[in-house]
Amino acid sequence: MSEENRTPILEVTDLGIDFGGLTAVNNLDLTIYENETVGLIGPNGAGKTTVFNLLTKVYEPTRGEIWLCGENTHKMTTVQVNKAGIARTFQNIRLFMNLSVLDNVKTGMHNEHSYSVADAILRLPKYKKEEAEIDEKARELLKIFGLEDKAEYIAGSLPYGEQRRLEIARALATSPKLLLLDEPAAGMNPQETEELMDMIRKIRDQFHIAILLIEHDMKLVMGICERITVLNYGAMLATGTPEEIQANPQVIKAYLGE
Amino acid sequence: MEILSYLINGLGLGSVYAIIALGYTMVYGIAKMLNFAHGDIIMVGAYLSFFAMTRFQLPVIVSVALAVLGCTILGVVVERLAYKPLRQATSLSVLITAIGVSYFLQNSAQLLWSSSTKVYPTIISNGAIKIGSLSISYLSILTILVCILVMTCLTLFVNKTKTGQAMRACAEDKGAAQLMGINVNHIISITFAIGSGLAAIAAVLLCAAYPSVSPTLGSMPGIKAFTAAVFGGIGSIPGAFLGGILLGVIETLTKAYISTQLSDAIVFAVLIIVLLIKPAGLLGKKVSEKV
Repeated sequence: MSEENRTPILEVTDLGIDFGGLTAVNNLDLTIYENETVGLIGPNGAGKTTVFNLLTKVYEPTRGEIWLCGENTHKMTTVQVNKAGIARTFQNIRLFMNLSVLDNVKTGMHNEHSYSVADAILRLPKYKKEEAEIDEKARELLKIFGLEDKAEYIAGSLPYGEQRRLEIARALATSPKLLLLDEPAAGMNPQETEELMDMIRKIRDQFHIAILLIEHDMKLVMGICERITVLNYGAMLATGTPEEIQANPQVIKAYLGE
Repeated sequence: MEILSYLINGLGLGSVYAIIALGYTMVYGIAKMLNFAHGDIIMVGAYLSFFAMTRFQLPVIVSVALAVLGCTILGVVVERLAYKPLRQATSLSVLITAIGVSYFLQNSAQLLWSSSTKVYPTIISNGAIKIGSLSISYLSILTILVCILVMTCLTLFVNKTKTGQAMRACAEDKGAAQLMGINVNHIISITFAIGSGLAAIAAVLLCAAYPSVSPTLGSMPGIKAFTAAVFGGIGSIPGAFLGGILLGVIETLTKAYISTQLSDAIVFAVLIIVLLIKPAGLLGKKVSEKV
């Protein structure tokens, strides 16, 4: 299928943000299609996480436009962007550490409930039915991430690798069209990274979503991304297939110096 | 037998403190602010129920419901107008604003309803249940029952509903909650609504015990309940309950056996000692920054 016939999930044009006099991100163009995995790489401080914060409206862009499934997000809040289809994980894990594993996933499904507080307090059938559905859905998600046996554990008690997986599960619970993963393999050993790669492929195909990921582990990036965009000093340095990026002299220079 | 009846009186007083403390602790847990105007919401609740019963001759239950409704709306409006614009401001600005709101409500009450003390009507008979030499007033029983009911409903709400779940998520990490599609402003509004509604219930129970209504009525119970919330571990719902009950019992026993005049001093001394030993309060979580 040629790219022109595919629906873009995300279209970013000329995106930029200034913090006072500092330009953190500038002239970023990015298009992501359905069922595609795109990598966002670059040296430390290149502005990768800032891009995630712009896409999710944690920061308000200074310039440029973000289109999500054909809809301009410039008037949307963080919550609305999430409802419109972007979910993310964090570079430093930000789970709700005092909530159970299951409840973490359920918070992601917050907007799916339609029962009222009265329904809940009176335990009306509507509440019970919806809660049962949500419960089942949440447990299914946990199963994909191999966490079904730990549903009742407190999230903070999980080992690091499992917390990372739970964060992805929680993000997926919001039924996104685009999943942003911020260094999903950070702190993982090669074995865990290998498993993570399989998992990312699996969720992309199973949920038919697009994935944009920031990662320093080049084996992972080159292994699962169809396209890669390289940032350096907030500006786009290169974009292309893994092979093109690996062969690009400018990228090599940015990473290794002269 | 004497001590037992003091203990039950203390539980009654403590139940009122606990209900008020819940308002402080929930707002602190979610909005991370100390709402010093909470005591004045109690005062408004007292006036609302007072006028409903005296001027409009409404039944007690209807008056209480009206006071709860009125305070709920007032709490949400105060949050919208005074605190929401300061969401990004330093906690000190929010604190000063809360004190400002407190004075505003007190002075408005003075202007509207004069500063003279009004006598609150009797809503529950002065009788008592006698078991041997032990006598328990109806009011104590009612207060304790209301407190248990409130705690049960609140615990179920926080643990079993999606809104409660969203509240717990917001209490931990508002940024992450927002990125999971939870409308944080909405959750904060609900928190203020619940806290203020509870303040109205506390107002009626308080006025049933001390039947005089004045614009500064909420100050002392407000401060004591805030103390109770800190005592139990601010941000923790069971903590507010425990703190309130303990404070009420300590206060009553001190009045009975040590000194009426010194009771407040002793209550606060106990608070200071507890905080020296457990800085986060009895049930508070110790937060250690990672470095």
